Amino acid sequence: MADLTTAPDHGPAAGAHPVDHTHATATGVSNAKLAMWAFLGSECLLFGALISTYMLYRHRSVSGPVPHQLYDIPFTSVSSFVLLMSSLSMVLALSAIQRGDEQRCRVWLATTALLGATFISGQIYEFTTFIRRGMTIKTNVTSGAFFVLTGFHGVHVTLGIIMLLSLVGLSIRGKIPQSKAEVIEIAGLYWHFVDIVWVIIFTIIYLIP
Amino acid sequence: MASTPDVVDEDAALAAEAALEVRHHHPSDRTYILVALALGVLTAIEVGLYYLKSNKSITVTLLVLMVIKFVIVAAFFMHLRFDSKIFRRLFMIGVFGASTLYTIVLFMFGVFHV
Repeated sequence: MADLTTAPDHGPAAGAHPVDHTHATATGVSNAKLAMWAFLGSECLLFGALISTYMLYRHRSVSGPVPHQLYDIPFTSVSSFVLLMSSLSMVLALSAIQRGDEQRCRVWLATTALLGATFISGQIYEFTTFIRRGMTIKTNVTSGAFFVLTGFHGVHVTLGIIMLLSLVGLSIRGKIPQSKAEVIEIAGLYWHFVDIVWVIIFTIIYLIP
Repeated sequence: MASTPDVVDEDAALAAEAALEVRHHHPSDRTYILVALALGVLTAIEVGLYYLKSNKSITVTLLVLMVIKFVIVAAFFMHLRFDSKIFRRLFMIGVFGASTLYTIVLFMFGVFHV
């Protein structure tokens, strides 16, 4: 086996955020962070499949209303903006914990969760409106693909909100000090990924006719 | 399992390189806010384009704006621009792998036309 003692988890460079030096790794980077990136890489395949399925079926419905007849673009644009801004609050939470400001970190994490919940509320409203206007998951292949894609994304956002609220709880109990900023960073990676998936969905599914 | 000195040197070099890379500073809060503003402006442009008469150039512009937003979030908010290259490579494998695979599938099913 290679000697791993030469590979610090993260270097304590001046001005850089202090991190947990619990173990060294062969790559020199945190295993947890590496695992999250590997997970996000695999998630690209999942969302790629769902987006492709929607594109495949978008013009193949023979009956019923299809999603693009019912879209409320101004409403969805505001939802998209809210999700984008949640990425800002997430990164500000990370910045705060890296400075050792736990109080501000909690505020930004709670703000991110709130913005995520706003986005999810918008999605529930949108789904309810579509169903009321006669487009359910079973109406046609396009609506089925649409609900599965946006529903999967919504589930990811909901899991992210649960993760954020858990972090707020842990932080209140003093379990996320400055030295464990990486925990916030890893949760942030997931949250930003959910955001960039929506960037793609918003353009390809909603804006491009 | 014993390793040869060459393998040990290679591992140590890789580790040293990676450790050096993660020492880069993350951006300031001000940069994050400016990036978020830029993303907001790009989204507003996208929505504005949606209301113009749809044609091929509008579609291409929307796709370009989408890619720019994707890259900005990944580079600044996810710190891919500042973190270890290992993360960038890992994520790019997923992004390019998925893009290539599904583009081929959509071509095969006639969704795109050459």
